[in-house]
Amino acid sequence: MASFKPTKIPVYPKLGEKVTQDTLYWKNYKAPVQIKEYGAVSNIDFSPVAPHNFAVTAFSRIHVYGPFSQEPVKTFTRFKDTAYCGRFRSDGQLLVAGCEDSVVRLFDVSGRVALRMFKGHTKAVHVTDFTSDRYQILTGSDDYTCRLWDIPNAAELSTYREHTDYIRCGVTSKLNRDLFITGPYDHTLKVFDARAEKSVMTMDHGQPVESLLLYPSEGLLVSAGGRYVKVWDLLKGGQPLVLLKNHHKTITCLALGSNGERLLSASLDRHVKVYNTTTFKVVHNFDYAAAILSLALAPDDESIVVGMTNSILSIKHRKHTEESKEMMSQQRRRPSYRVFVKGKNFVPKPDDYLVSKPVKEHLAKYDRELKKFNVSKALDASLEIWLRKKKPEITVGVIKELDRRGTLKNALAGRDEEQLSQLLHFVIGNIVDTRFAPIILTAAEMILDIYKSVIGQSALIDQQLLRLQNILESEINLERELLEVLGMLDTMFATSVTRKEVPYSDVGRSNGLAQGEASSSRPELFRPPEIK
Amino acid sequence: MVEQAEIRVVHQGGSNITFREPAISSDSRFLLCASGHNVKVFSTVTEECVQELRGHADLVTGVLLRPSNHLQAYSCSADGTVRLWDFTDGILIKTYVIGYPICSIYASASHDGVIFIATPTKGYKTLDSLQLLAVHLPQTAGQLVETSDLSAVLSDVSANPATVAFGRAGEYVASTNGVQLQIFFFKKQKSFRFSLKENSCSGRSNTFTCVACHPTDDCIATGHEDGKIRLWRNFDQKREYTYRTLHWHHSAVRALCFTPEGSNLLSGGVESVLVQWRYQQESQQDFLPRLGAAITHIAVSPDGALFCTSHSDNKIVLIQSCVKVSSIIQGLVKGEAVQTDLMVDPRSKALVLNGKPGHLQFYSLQRDRLLFNLDVVQQEFIHQEGLDQFQVVMATLDGAGAWLATVEERKQETAEAELNLKLWAFDEPSQSFVLNTTVSTPHEVRITAVTFDPAARGQTSLLVSCGRDGLFKAWRLAVPAHPDDGGPSWTCDFVSAYHGLTPQRCCFSADGSLLAVSFQEVVTVWSPASWELLLTLSQPPGIIRDLCFGRLSCSKFLLGTTSSNQLCCWNLLTCSLEWSTSMEVSLLLADPLSDNMAAFCHQDGNTDLFVFKPSEPRPLFSQKAVCSGRVSRAVFAPREVALESCEESSRWLNRSQLYFLTPLMDLLTFSTRAEEERLMTASKQLVVDDSVAMTPFQLLLGKRRPHHQAAVEDPAVRPPADRPVPPGGSAAVRELLQSPAHVLPAAAALCSVFMEALLGVATETRENETSAGETPSDPEEEEEEEDSDQEMETRATRPERGLLETDSADPVLSRAQVRELRRVRKLDHSWFSSLLDS
Repeated sequence: MASFKPTKIPVYPKLGEKVTQDTLYWKNYKAPVQIKEYGAVSNIDFSPVAPHNFAVTAFSRIHVYGPFSQEPVKTFTRFKDTAYCGRFRSDGQLLVAGCEDSVVRLFDVSGRVALRMFKGHTKAVHVTDFTSDRYQILTGSDDYTCRLWDIPNAAELSTYREHTDYIRCGVTSKLNRDLFITGPYDHTLKVFDARAEKSVMTMDHGQPVESLLLYPSEGLLVSAGGRYVKVWDLLKGGQPLVLLKNHHKTITCLALGSNGERLLSASLDRHVKVYNTTTFKVVHNFDYAAAILSLALAPDDESIVVGMTNSILSIKHRKHTEESKEMMSQQRRRPSYRVFVKGKNFVPKPDDYLVSKPVKEHLAKYDRELKKFNVSKALDASLEIWLRKKKPEITVGVIKELDRRGTLKNALAGRDEEQLSQLLHFVIGNIVDTRFAPIILTAAEMILDIYKSVIGQSALIDQQLLRLQNILESEINLERELLEVLGMLDTMFATSVTRKEVPYSDVGRSNGLAQGEASSSRPELFRPPEIK
Repeated sequence: MVEQAEIRVVHQGGSNITFREPAISSDSRFLLCASGHNVKVFSTVTEECVQELRGHADLVTGVLLRPSNHLQAYSCSADGTVRLWDFTDGILIKTYVIGYPICSIYASASHDGVIFIATPTKGYKTLDSLQLLAVHLPQTAGQLVETSDLSAVLSDVSANPATVAFGRAGEYVASTNGVQLQIFFFKKQKSFRFSLKENSCSGRSNTFTCVACHPTDDCIATGHEDGKIRLWRNFDQKREYTYRTLHWHHSAVRALCFTPEGSNLLSGGVESVLVQWRYQQESQQDFLPRLGAAITHIAVSPDGALFCTSHSDNKIVLIQSCVKVSSIIQGLVKGEAVQTDLMVDPRSKALVLNGKPGHLQFYSLQRDRLLFNLDVVQQEFIHQEGLDQFQVVMATLDGAGAWLATVEERKQETAEAELNLKLWAFDEPSQSFVLNTTVSTPHEVRITAVTFDPAARGQTSLLVSCGRDGLFKAWRLAVPAHPDDGGPSWTCDFVSAYHGLTPQRCCFSADGSLLAVSFQEVVTVWSPASWELLLTLSQPPGIIRDLCFGRLSCSKFLLGTTSSNQLCCWNLLTCSLEWSTSMEVSLLLADPLSDNMAAFCHQDGNTDLFVFKPSEPRPLFSQKAVCSGRVSRAVFAPREVALESCEESSRWLNRSQLYFLTPLMDLLTFSTRAEEERLMTASKQLVVDDSVAMTPFQLLLGKRRPHHQAAVEDPAVRPPADRPVPPGGSAAVRELLQSPAHVLPAAAALCSVFMEALLGVATETRENETSAGETPSDPEEEEEEEDSDQEMETRATRPERGLLETDSADPVLSRAQVRELRRVRKLDHSWFSSLLDS
């Protein structure tokens, strides 16, 4: 006697992205704080010292925000034109910024007026940064030059005129006070040494470079330009390591997170992608409302700040463990471990006689009813609210099983208004799901067959039937449109295919065919003796 | 002609054991059931076949215990004889020649010396109208008895043997046919007929299906087509008879049986539920559900402790006191058609084909036993007629037996067919297949072929499936991107089509470097490494039916058969047609271990077999009329030990054996003479230790006997006159006499075995004295040779080889001589035991 085989519930592949450790980590942020700025946010920089204020450069102002403030704690407004690239010094005391009017200004974070003004560039200055010895400033400008300035006497130390296009990004080394790298629109990344007259290393990115990033170890350089991110190995003389092609519009900003274990890239395509820096695979993706111009991460990923073209600044703060613990405690208390192990951990002695008890097979409620051939009750059991909401595949599995047994009609028939409305509710909710559609369509047809005589007696049922009709009509329209699109795509593919030779077009590959025909056309000569 | 005698077509097990109701011996230790031309005796405890009673020349149609001797059993057969057997020892005691084909046999304890048989009424050709005859068995001493004392009891008997039953103490016999119940009282010599209406009020048929009589009460239970059971009483009156209706079954009641005390009534049908009704309290029922398949017969042991149900899937289930299934005797499951190809599992060397609905069966060819059923569909099977069930339509194993792919299908009238492709991995710890991947709807429409890459191993396995939707798809084992997603599973690797034609067949070359896919008339050859179309071969019109690559030395050839009766062989190096010939090949298959190919050709209603090498269009071996009808399933099974036959014609059978299924679902094979001789010696050694208890004496003599037989068995080796008397006999006697009496079993138990040992010596010595005109052979040998002939010849299939029986080499004793020798053997030797006792 075989035991009852439970109803087979099909396992459907989970739609959407897979839940990984990374997804959980990067989803663990609160709802974003949105702040309207005066113009497109072109740069965000975090102060290296606690409490990690950040400077937001937008239009002709630089706002400095505290870690949790909604309002700026400090504002620098002394710019004649659009400001660019406000950056903190490594002690967090000074802030430097370029401007459209070619003047570079240096501010004290607590002061208001510029401490120094560096004049010498002839066009807008988009790149400013401090060197690691804190006494010099690197600037890059649209006049194709980059210069080093001395802070105490505001004098220009050296000028490099090797680039042939605008310089829009650059980084200084945090370990060596003389090294810095610039990324211009002429595609070539150049590494400069302040002690040398000329650049010491050149790399070709292939696209106008928008952003540069040095690893904390400074062995690797990341450059973003066009739709691509490239990683270069500086210690191997600028050898390209990885090419990442995950965005479909220009990448504007790069950042490192999780102590250099994750790389983030922001793009005009409104996405921020998070890469694992060992495998360089995308592990997470953020969506934003507008094209992103700037991105910065607080130390320890405490917050993600993103500036967009629609002059919105979006700040996401990390959720903390005590908050999530609160959530946990709200869940139902489970029986204690002691209850679970009761009697289970008994170890019999070697000479004990074991009396085995037949293990009672646990069946779900609908299976128990199916075992007794109570088809209506089985369907009722599978239509319980939590089941049909949380696990519609179980309800569908039971309907399928009833259909296989040829008793679906019996199970559907003989229901009162409330039960029928439950049933229709489930049908309406799932009829357009491609996984369930074939069987639910059959069930829906049966329901209409059975209950067509009572249409018009209940307002609730009539309303639901009308909804069902609307859903079906819109689904039919959608399918039609999809077919049209498919047809258009086919013609497009067909035109692109004729240009090059397809592997299985019989034009070039017919030698076998031709020979086969040739051999079959001369059977008289080579006809082998027949098998007798 | 000599070559043809070398190879014979023989039955290879798998016969139907549920054709007729089985009989349980009175001590409940043995179960007798009719199985093809033989009667098989199974042990109820171990489920092993302990004896096979051979002798009938046609289908055995009934087995029955002899009421007066519980160690003997009758069997009847369509060859017109009733045989009486001693089933524990497998000895044929008597043969009663009736002269008419017998459909069933009955007996009653109160009718001593009389058996009842159902035979076709004279003048009627068909089996529709039978008559029940009483046969008085003459008490003559002879082994072969002609019976002439026949008297008709009832006419108009149904061909279903369940429709006749003998009532309380054999006073009356009840028989049903159609909607009529007929009861004949032996004492009064009077018969009564009761009729029902054709249809009941609910419109279902009232036809009787089976009948059973209460053993101690005047009550007859009848089963009906509509699932009702009627209990008839007062049927010795024409008018005042009564019946009571019990209804539980929803389809026809197929079997009814009262327990020996009459306290319970058992019934069964298509629902595969054994229902136990309490007699007199019929509202109380006990159920034993989910027995696996429709119940066809129910038998109860004489002590009432053991029930046994026969099922339509060639299975006998033994049930202890209606609660516990104690053992299952399972034969080869045969449906109406085998939908999967025949395959051989490389691990267990078992034949794999679809068995019970939704299952794959693994059938050991060597042991003639079902190893296990693999549940492919994994759904509760609903036993109801007219329901669309999932069926396993295709299955294929990869080269190492590590992966199994199955395709299941459910046809529906209204909606599209449901398709599932399942991939099973062999699990080493549990030694069975475990489901790895389920692909629902792998193709839009039906799948026409699936095949594994034979050369690939383990992780690189490749599966190709072709569908009616014009696509063929390649499936590959893929490791998931995230390690926490579980183990590797199968994903679609490549999809292709060719001009919208339907792919029909696909075939990998032996090294897996080429894949041939036939698209109706065109054969395309692909490289699985790059999925590039390498070449196309076309063919004079005709859809490609079968496709096969040559093996080993002929691997450059690709063979195909078309629906326009062409067998073509292409050379893949020159891309040209090497040769072609016109024959209607129904099945083409390649031997995996040699470069031979076998082609089954359908011609004039018969199937011919040709074995050839692709390199030369000349058959190595051919046999006309292997069987009637079209052979569509066959397989080469690798042998465990390669034969070393030098004969040109049988060399192709050296490495592997060819099995095929006839349209009537008989499993046949080809056997060579060398193999038969080997089998014969092997089975002779087995004869001794069948079911005989191991006694110290047995140990002494059991070792001796095989040697003794091996020496006797081969007449060619045996020197004609001066053969020394084997010393074994005397040694055993000496051992017996020397060992202390308290370690030996009772003398009465020892006597027969001891006598047999002495007898063997005696006959051998006497043999030497017999005349030199014919080579003598003793009766023991003769009988054992019959016993050991495990495979029966199919007479119908080899009409022209009548002269060339293998046993024609042995000299045949005349029947009278045999009888004489048997008589000598059966002489009473009890005087010797009394001698021992004293």
